[in-house]
Amino acid sequence: MNVLEVEKLSAAYRKNIVLEDISFSISQGALTCIVGPNGAGKSTLIKVLLALHPKLSGKVSFFGSDLKSVKERIGYVPQRGSVDWDFPTDALDVVMMGLYGQIGWIKWPNKSHKEKALEALDKVGMASYASRQISELSGGQQQRVFLARALIQNADLYFMDEPLAGVDAATERAIMTILRELKNKGKTVLVVHHDLQTVEDYFDQVLFLNKTVVAHGDVTSTFTSKNIQKTYGGSVRWLKEGVGIVHSPIQ
Amino acid sequence: MSDSLSHAALPGVVIAFLLFQVKDLLILIIGASFSALLGAHFIILIKSTTRITSDTAMGLILAVFFGGGVMLLPIVNRTSSGNQAGLDTFIYGQAASMIGSDVFLTSVLAGFVILIVMIFFKEWKLYLFDPDFAKGLNLSLNVMNMIYILVLVLTIVIGIQAVGVILMSALLIIPPVSARHWTHSFRMMLWLSGGIGGVSGAVGTTISALGTSWPTGPFIVLTSGFIFLISLFFGTKKGLIVECLIHRKNKKEVQKQLFSPSVVKGGNP
Repeated sequence: MNVLEVEKLSAAYRKNIVLEDISFSISQGALTCIVGPNGAGKSTLIKVLLALHPKLSGKVSFFGSDLKSVKERIGYVPQRGSVDWDFPTDALDVVMMGLYGQIGWIKWPNKSHKEKALEALDKVGMASYASRQISELSGGQQQRVFLARALIQNADLYFMDEPLAGVDAATERAIMTILRELKNKGKTVLVVHHDLQTVEDYFDQVLFLNKTVVAHGDVTSTFTSKNIQKTYGGSVRWLKEGVGIVHSPIQ
Repeated sequence: MSDSLSHAALPGVVIAFLLFQVKDLLILIIGASFSALLGAHFIILIKSTTRITSDTAMGLILAVFFGGGVMLLPIVNRTSSGNQAGLDTFIYGQAASMIGSDVFLTSVLAGFVILIVMIFFKEWKLYLFDPDFAKGLNLSLNVMNMIYILVLVLTIVIGIQAVGVILMSALLIIPPVSARHWTHSFRMMLWLSGGIGGVSGAVGTTISALGTSWPTGPFIVLTSGFIFLISLFFGTKKGLIVECLIHRKNKKEVQKQLFSPSVVKGGNP
């Protein structure tokens, strides 16, 4: 059974149709990245899958059922933008929010929850920042805290929206190490990725998205200049050692 | 939102007074609540059906409702007799005019508001900090929005007695902003804002008692403003003085390193 099945999904953002006839499936343990030009609908796709944005058509199933029944098995690391940075909260507090689903409504978190949260912070190397106000952290540190929050949910399927955007090199390495560990534990991870240069180093599967699925498969077979060109339409300079610059005239 | 809704309560108070011609706390509270809730409803309607932004919608409702209320005031002057004073206590605030039953009603409502804040404490944290993540955890944003507006309106009508409709937004905004300068913890911030609000109320009311028939509203707000100034300068977490001192300390550290003997000597060891 595939972890995620998407059939003929489409969605609009304001007046434009940004996703059209999207169909693909993800198998368990896959570490997949979604790439495409700006405005391709990558963030929207994640939001539509998680019912955070309305869909116009199509069917989505997680672990063979609908979203509602398996919500605890899914973790989401959104883009950093949608948060209220001035809100008085520290790193530990943010990570504990990941446990709210387990704690249940109205009940208070107890000591074991706090310990779990500290462990998660330690895993991402942020244990010493536990009581630091969230707005005082750098972009990379914030991203790590949000990753810890997702990890603590102990999900089986993770969605991450540009987790490596704007983070320092050490954080990037730390995050990718954790994603590899997740994969080795049998979890599935789907990442909206912004950097073509690192696709081959970090991921096993790639999904090219530009309003619809241009190509999807193993990085070794699917990450080709042809597919890149098809997706980006000549709007990207692709440079990798030895390959040279692919440059197409503006169409 | 608090600014907008507290101003939107004015026409409700005036209309309730015109209809019933009595200074009855319950009636005026119902009028204020109704008006504020109507304002909230319109704000949400405007946000969801037009392209008007949040800020603009709130400003719109604030101006229209409050202006409407101000327009109705002269009518009250012309039609009512001695009950005018009753309405004035709602416009400008007069804590001293509260009677026993008023205090009881106010305390019950206040207790209810505090209970809601405490029971859903971590849900409030989540909803205010990261609504997207909250949605992912199945927290209904619609329910939280409704409870938020309800609690806000209740707080407004409770406070109106002490500071009046016009200044109510000041009392909603100044204490939390002041508290923010002293702490990074949400829980501590709640305690501090409550404390600052309480102290402003007590001190302001006491000062207003020095004169005859001075309204309590302005003095309470001025007291809270004073506390804000102190917080702005001396706040331990965000105060200007603290930031200046930290900056000076950093400067000294850097100077020390740049001009330390080992660097100045330079040359061959």
